Amino acid sequence: MYYREAGDFKTSYRKDQQNFPIRFDRVHFWTMMVLAFAVIPFFINDYWANAVFVPFLIYAIATLGLNILTGYCGQVSLGSAGFMAVGAYASYKLMTSFPDLNFFVIVVLSGAITALVGTAFGLPSLRIKGFYLAVATLAAQFFLVWLFNKVPWFYNNSASGQISVPRRDMFGIAITGPEASAATKYLVCLAIVFVLGFIARNLTRGRIGRSWMAIRDMDFAAEIIGVDPLRAKLSAFAISSFFIGIAGSLFFTIYLGAVEVGEAFGIERSFLILFMVIIGGLGSIYGSFAGAAFLVLMPVLLKNALVGGLGWPSDVAAHLEFMIMGALIIFFLIVEPHGLARLWAVTKQKLRLWPFPY
Amino acid sequence: MTSTVTPDGRTIGDVLLEVKNITLRFGGVEAIKNISFDVREGEIRAIIGPNGAGKSSMLNVINGFYHPQEGEIFFHGRKRNAMKPSQIARQGIARTFQNIALFKGMNTLDNIMTGCFTHMKTSLLEQAIWWGRAEREEYVYREKVEHIIDFLEIQAIRKTPVGALPYGLQKRVELARALAAEPKLLLLDEPMAGMNVEEKEDMCRFILDVNAEFGTTTVLIEHDMGVVMDISDRVVVLDYGRKIGDGVPDEVRSNQEVIDAYLGVAHD
Repeated sequence: MYYREAGDFKTSYRKDQQNFPIRFDRVHFWTMMVLAFAVIPFFINDYWANAVFVPFLIYAIATLGLNILTGYCGQVSLGSAGFMAVGAYASYKLMTSFPDLNFFVIVVLSGAITALVGTAFGLPSLRIKGFYLAVATLAAQFFLVWLFNKVPWFYNNSASGQISVPRRDMFGIAITGPEASAATKYLVCLAIVFVLGFIARNLTRGRIGRSWMAIRDMDFAAEIIGVDPLRAKLSAFAISSFFIGIAGSLFFTIYLGAVEVGEAFGIERSFLILFMVIIGGLGSIYGSFAGAAFLVLMPVLLKNALVGGLGWPSDVAAHLEFMIMGALIIFFLIVEPHGLARLWAVTKQKLRLWPFPY
Repeated sequence: MTSTVTPDGRTIGDVLLEVKNITLRFGGVEAIKNISFDVREGEIRAIIGPNGAGKSSMLNVINGFYHPQEGEIFFHGRKRNAMKPSQIARQGIARTFQNIALFKGMNTLDNIMTGCFTHMKTSLLEQAIWWGRAEREEYVYREKVEHIIDFLEIQAIRKTPVGALPYGLQKRVELARALAAEPKLLLLDEPMAGMNVEEKEDMCRFILDVNAEFGTTTVLIEHDMGVVMDISDRVVVLDYGRKIGDGVPDEVRSNQEVIDAYLGVAHD
């Protein structure tokens, strides 16, 4: 069976507006979910978890968050890593202050705290747009990193200035800390991504999402049909920061385990997330996942091909990787500014008519 | 109650909107000078005048983009305080723009659905879960929007991105978006600018149908005199920010000052 929508009639608005209106997509999506939840955990090992799956899932959350802000609401932000740091430090403080708190509660609370911080830094967006807003969020990035470096309260006065995650269990299984198994880490991230992915999709297809897109596309026209720019922009900042905060929390608790703020949440991380959004596709949920997957997998593939396959020295490969990344970003900006999501949409459009294009 | 019935059988009710002694200045430039007029419920009111007469500024005052230095606006008989455009939209005033202001990144359906924004009530949390109220609300408004789509005969472009549509259809989608807000007062800024005769005729028919079917009070700015004189109940004429004529089309047509403004007059 291949890609078909002929004969797939919709008889209600619910069916017409469902997430995957075409049966082929629906079947594949749920097959993939079954694979991801029920098959991969049995085969995953530390290398696959740490190099591919866990970073992909965490970056997917951050990319979803930034895509809501930049792709859907049109507000450029360069402060993503700063907000991730807020999420990470919030979970650290919560975990050390309330040792009995459930891990998932901590993750959600960290997201909520980041949402508050993000909303505060979103206030300038009511006055300034475009590049100027980007600069304002850049200030947030540097300020937050500086803050977490300078105030010892945030890292509980530890001598190294690092924060490291304490072990937390659920149902007797270690979720965080060095004892956590690859499968557990993977499943925790996957579950959170699954829920957040649906939330992002729901928010962007309804009333709130349309108000964001209206602000992005034509702010004065949005106002005359009753969208309050203040509420639309600040809600986008809040939701976006909530997602990014959760990403930061997982990045610290699950992925890295120990964090030094300047290293883990520097400006390069902000740019990386922005690139994921751009390459994946602005204003697309699918694009957020595609962009995150692309930029996480690319270096791994290149490294395996160049170092493992061709036997090049790893420093040469590392530099080549930078160059290829840069070239790819320029390529995407020129050829397909709407990213992988658009490429995918075009392919699907072609497949609708295949094999009889007329 | 001072309702009257027009020759074509529509009922025109009380005063819905009244602007009184409005003066609007941009620095030293007086865009609108001491203008008053009223709009009655159910009527089609045209604002005409040469370029730069202050017509669009007047609409911008009515829907809250500009705040006049002097003068008062009464809506439903109550004095209106200075408000943000989004608040005024909530009171039931919708509009279209002279140069199309559609949301280019969305398709036709989403554009029109955005028009329902003020009527949709579900909270952020309900939207995030998309279960029960949020979902039901979406389909209730989808059905309303489908009625408008049928009404304006744009079924075929429902899922087309609006950027890909021709000009005339974009204008129609913009009208649909304004109608989706179920406005009490509809402001149309040059709904027929840049259209060919056929498209103009279509648009005229839609404006008249909207007025007849939903009883929507309409204020429109238009340059095509034939259209204005045909479809409007009363006409306001502006020139250089002043009001130079006000009345039924026949009165306005024979007003010497109006003729001078349009044809030019010898200065001696």
